[in-house]
Amino acid sequence: MILFYLIAILLGGAFLSWMAGRLSAALPRIISLVALTADLILIVAFVLQLDTLNNKWLVDLNADWIPKFGISFHLALDGLSLLMLILTFFLGIISIIISWKEIKVRVGFFHFNLLLILAGIIGVFLSLDLFLFYFFWELMLVPMYFLIGIWGHEKRIAASFKFFLYTQASGLLMFIAILALYFVHGRSTGVYTFDYMQLLGTQMGYTTELLIMLGFLAAFLVKLPVVPLHNWLPDAHSEAPTAGSLILAALLLKTGAYGLLRFVVPLFPSASVSFAPIGMLLGVVGILYGAKLAFAQTDLKRLVAYTSVSHMGFVILGVFSFNEIAYQGVVMQMIAHAISTGALFILAGQLYERTHTRDLNKMGGLWETAPVMGAVGLIFAMASLGLPGLGNFIAELLILLGAFKANVFMSCLASVGLIAATIYSLRIVQKIFLGKKITDWKFNDLTIREKIVSASLVIIIVWLGIFPRTVLNTAKPALQKTLEVQKENNNDNNKTESILDLRFKN
Amino acid sequence: MTETDFLCLTPFLILALAPIVIMLVISIFRNYEIVFGFSLLSLILAFAALFFIAPAIPHSIQPLFIIDMYSLFFLGIIFISAFIVALLSYNYIKRLEGVREEYYIILFTSTLGAALLAVANHFVLFFLGIETLSISLYILIAFQRTKDNSIEAGIKYLILASVSTAFLLFGMGLIYTAFGSMMFSEIATAISLQGPLTSLAITGFGMMLVGIGFKLALVPFHAWTPDVYQGAPAPVSAYIATVSKGAVMAVLIRFFFNIKGFDDHYLFIIISAIAILSMFIGNILAIRQQNIKRLLAYSSIANMGYLIIILLTGTNKGIQASLFYLISYFITTISAFGVITLLSNAKNEAEMISDYKGLFWKRPFVAIVFTLALLSLAGIPITAGFIGKFYVIFEGMKAGLMLLVFAMIISSVIGLYYYLRVITTMFSPAGETTLPQITFMGKFTLAAITISILILGIYPGWLIDIITRFVGL
Repeated sequence: MILFYLIAILLGGAFLSWMAGRLSAALPRIISLVALTADLILIVAFVLQLDTLNNKWLVDLNADWIPKFGISFHLALDGLSLLMLILTFFLGIISIIISWKEIKVRVGFFHFNLLLILAGIIGVFLSLDLFLFYFFWELMLVPMYFLIGIWGHEKRIAASFKFFLYTQASGLLMFIAILALYFVHGRSTGVYTFDYMQLLGTQMGYTTELLIMLGFLAAFLVKLPVVPLHNWLPDAHSEAPTAGSLILAALLLKTGAYGLLRFVVPLFPSASVSFAPIGMLLGVVGILYGAKLAFAQTDLKRLVAYTSVSHMGFVILGVFSFNEIAYQGVVMQMIAHAISTGALFILAGQLYERTHTRDLNKMGGLWETAPVMGAVGLIFAMASLGLPGLGNFIAELLILLGAFKANVFMSCLASVGLIAATIYSLRIVQKIFLGKKITDWKFNDLTIREKIVSASLVIIIVWLGIFPRTVLNTAKPALQKTLEVQKENNNDNNKTESILDLRFKN
Repeated sequence: MTETDFLCLTPFLILALAPIVIMLVISIFRNYEIVFGFSLLSLILAFAALFFIAPAIPHSIQPLFIIDMYSLFFLGIIFISAFIVALLSYNYIKRLEGVREEYYIILFTSTLGAALLAVANHFVLFFLGIETLSISLYILIAFQRTKDNSIEAGIKYLILASVSTAFLLFGMGLIYTAFGSMMFSEIATAISLQGPLTSLAITGFGMMLVGIGFKLALVPFHAWTPDVYQGAPAPVSAYIATVSKGAVMAVLIRFFFNIKGFDDHYLFIIISAIAILSMFIGNILAIRQQNIKRLLAYSSIANMGYLIIILLTGTNKGIQASLFYLISYFITTISAFGVITLLSNAKNEAEMISDYKGLFWKRPFVAIVFTLALLSLAGIPITAGFIGKFYVIFEGMKAGLMLLVFAMIISSVIGLYYYLRVITTMFSPAGETTLPQITFMGKFTLAAITISILILGIYPGWLIDIITRFVGL
């Protein structure tokens, strides 16, 4: 039941915040903060009392929802989703703290939307029923649309439309694919169900498998995003309020990566292998193209948005390498990117609050004015370029190592991305904090509240870089199983069912 | 006529008696509240009568009527919708100048026509029902005689509906020529004996389809819809969108499944084409609308396009899906028009999208109701519309209608755009326009409808079970 409580607390908190917004502006913030902290404590306490993290599923909740269609309310937690959950709660708390001063109007409704998005996100990370998964997938959409459309910057309306239409269109393709998988499974076994565990190892012809997988890929690749489908991202990121950009970059994009690992690879073992060269190519294109565009931006938030495209290229490169090292890198990248890019968006937000511009050409020489901010900016620029000792380095190194095993050429091309990352990351520091003062800005350095936020992010990114084992060991069992399932189904499509049944008994 | 026959006709008798009573009352003592209360009471009685009929069914009164679970179900939703429309009309009609009580008389006759369609088993009753419905609708649409576009809408509907009725009648004639019967079941038997449809029969069905397509506002017979929706009083638009279309759908499904129209190659292609055209044209034309009633009109065209996919599945499960879809569409549409009705007054209708600017910040409750209704029309989760669409797609895919399903998906993404536009307007900074306050009763009605939209969206299992009981596997 703990998994249900996690979602229920967020939903309850969301409604309470909305109601409380009428009374005072501070109340919704406090309520949301309490809800998220409660969730964080709950999940951490739960994990600490477990004896081992090596079980495939740490906790499993299965209840009927619409039995007529074989839809169940099935949530389960494994190492991978555990990491994502902790990340979500932590960044949720951060996003509330950073909007403390930024969001001044309609505070109650803002926090309602914020918590609703987070509820949708953890729902996505926990669902093991494909219908439920789609339900949560869509649930993230509407509140995010409001978040961008109401509290965003000048061109927010267009950006929110673009975001909604892209995700909805691709989501519907996934929905069709889910239904197709349901029918294919039902016809071959007689059991009509949306349950993930039962759908694993569904027998189907190669073409069918490929088509269904493409439906899933559509949704995940748009969300990730992968280069030809990334168009919504720079607009949505740059127009959203800081908390919105943070959640978009740090959490929403991760749902795409998570979907690839959780659904695409195990459900479509042979089709995903045959898609691998294209997938890796898309990854490399994303890495290089994103980096190039990031370098060309003058808007700070757009710049960071394009670095996301570049970093997410590594994720898809890793996912389609099909080996454990790469997968560990992918998980690491998901977390490290969430922290480092999130921090850069926060920085952009802090600068915007003070200067009311996001234009890099108007900044410059800010180090003197705000040395602490400069230092934080420098650290995360270094993280973004992959400096050893910080989390992103481990992630990208592991991915490149794994990809090297799978495809030497792609891996080499991708490593060029590291150089490009160096260029755009240093450009951030150069343009904002160093160089000539173009405008004589006068503002305060980080406040205590902002310092706490930045310090906690810095600590985490350093910790990830120095002690990556905690993360890697937590995710390991889940990743290994994913790969095993994929390999077995791929090699021997006939005998897998019985093996799978045994495996997922616990 | 036997006793059972009478019992089964009680709801119709109530519906027929009520307007006569109202007329008599008006001639003696004109009082709006009394008429309103009596109307609600009669609708409740008609609905309650359904429970007394239930043990006696299936029962058919040869040759015209067939009263089975299926018709009972439609009668139920027709009565409930008429009840809600009457409830929402209270203030709107009250504020009109001149005579107002007659509105409820006409509401009853049109509901009677709709109800007859749900039990029709014969062309005669089919025609009778559709005419009773249409003629009442002319009056309802043009009820605000002082408004130009109300009259315009009424006349437009009158002329076009007459033409379409002519087509319907001609089609019925041709089918009678081809099969020698006007009873649905006998036509079905004749078809199964004769084998593939002759060109005479196809022409007949095609012409009937023109008449039915007009009533359902399917492309290419949709041109009247936006004008009529715009010109008619808002509650009447809601009535046309729900009760009128639902009743026609009831008879269409019964007829089409009786004759197994989905097995015929030509009919299959014609209906597929109509469905796809309706979805796309409805959704594309809605994009540029500035008038919310016109926008909803186009949206209803698209929604009917989604719904008739079900005709081609040819299974009872398909019918179940269509019933669920209809219910979710009914409550959603009533909710949307309910908001428009309650925000309008005699002088100006709240029909331009710009009137809704900043509504969320001024009237959060109404704005939430409207937002949820629009999201439900767009088929976004946690609303009834999502489950309805899911159900239709589900049955469509099961029947292998992939082309139609993809058309539905693509056009609903297009549709999303204009729903979002309205929602965005409501959430943008507050505008100048002032809209009237909503009565407590109005708020209560809207809240009830909205809660049912959410319940159906989150936990639809029970309704699906009920529908299964009514239609069977």
